[in-house]
Amino acid sequence: MHFNINGRPVEVEADTRTSLLDLLREHLQLSGTKKGCNQGACGACTVLVDGQRINSCLALAVQYQDREVVTIEGVGAPGSLHPLQEAFVEHDGFQCGYCTPGQICSALGMADELARGVPSYVTEDLTAETMVLNHDEIRERMSGNLCRCGAYNGIVEAIRETLADAQVEDPKREAA
Amino acid sequence: MTPFRYEAALDTPGAVTLGAALGAKYLGGGTNLVDLMRETIERPDVLVDVSGLAGEITDDDAGGLIIGAGVKNTAVAADRRVRERFPFLAQAILSGASGQIRNMATVGGNIMQRTRCLYFFDDAARCNKREPGAGCDALKGFNRNHAILGASPACVATHPSDMCVALAALGATVRVEGSGGAREIPIVDFHCLPGETPHIETVLRPGELITAVGLPPLPFARNSTYRKVRDRASYAFALVSVAAALQMDGGRIADVRIAFGGIAHKPWRASRAEAALRNGPATEQAFQAAATAELADAKPLRENGFKVELATRALIAVLGHLAGAAG
Repeated sequence: MHFNINGRPVEVEADTRTSLLDLLREHLQLSGTKKGCNQGACGACTVLVDGQRINSCLALAVQYQDREVVTIEGVGAPGSLHPLQEAFVEHDGFQCGYCTPGQICSALGMADELARGVPSYVTEDLTAETMVLNHDEIRERMSGNLCRCGAYNGIVEAIRETLADAQVEDPKREAA
Repeated sequence: MTPFRYEAALDTPGAVTLGAALGAKYLGGGTNLVDLMRETIERPDVLVDVSGLAGEITDDDAGGLIIGAGVKNTAVAADRRVRERFPFLAQAILSGASGQIRNMATVGGNIMQRTRCLYFFDDAARCNKREPGAGCDALKGFNRNHAILGASPACVATHPSDMCVALAALGATVRVEGSGGAREIPIVDFHCLPGETPHIETVLRPGELITAVGLPPLPFARNSTYRKVRDRASYAFALVSVAAALQMDGGRIADVRIAFGGIAHKPWRASRAEAALRNGPATEQAFQAAATAELADAKPLRENGFKVELATRALIAVLGHLAGAAG
């Protein structure tokens, strides 16, 4: 099977039963992506495929051949953290850290959805052109990522701060 | 997971040919099927990947929409035509699962997803769906989440989809294709009540593939909403949900569409409630009477009696909101 993972082409042999999560962790030693529930309930395994967040535990690797996969290893590295990772550190957006790679990848996918104007269940005006980023929207859009340490306040604050900054830098949003 | 052969379908005829093989299953986003395979509840010999087919949403000539079966749930909810013309469908989809799962899950797979009854997933429990004739441990077990309408002594499971509840209210159709040709099935007739055969969940014939969902034009669906009541604020299946659209003519209800989720083995079109409301006043008493008419045959289990009152209150709240919005 062929994939493009964190910007690099990868060839790997695997059984058709292999999940994308197990492919990353067991075959490619990319252990940053975590296995929590292994049934799509916790979000610890979240990765980006062609820019969209998915649960890699529910994805059969064979179905994702030739796609662009980004894991937490492709988001940032020690010494060159992504701004969202820095914000998680600053706001105590974790304790044990097990859910964090999934939270970060999920938040980046969410930001892209927001930029594309995808509404959520708590979006009041479903026909609005641009989406307002507030506490309730973040909680709803991030509900697929559980944190058993309960670091949600820090997680929400880190996401809000990072994405709010991004919004200010976006001239289209400033004009609106 | 038992071993299987993987085939990526290149087009619908090719998929249907591959899907005709004994032991073949169609694969959409995999968010339900892969989980069931891991639990060995599903044991396909061949997985026919149809996620690359039918990925468009198109206008039909009459003002409706045709949604390809391979369109992702996120893409349906984000589509501007859906948001403007059928807001309850966008809301229903957005109320289901998580952002990650909605990015993976297809429309066809959403329709075909199986119950989340815990006894169905637990192979130490008896389940007539998993093993016909085995018995049902949910009947006297933990049945807070189970059905109050249309259930049978063989099965009290509910259908988990939110999307299908809005489709039922809308009167959508499911387009399917098999070796015997193509046909179109009303969504309200697509899923079966359990009866004596709860393992038979849809009217699909062996090898038939869902290719699209047809949304008929329904101008008053612009005044529609979906309300979901559940144990958590987000990312949980419905205890009760209501999809409704309302058209007022002065102080009188000109037309109304209602379907319930979380209370039956299939998305439950509330035809009795609709009939009770048409041409009548939009008052709380009328909403209450409509709910009572619809739920007259409800048969609660030990732990889910609250669903009768919850469904009643949810319907009253939703209709009150839509009547207010209609001015």
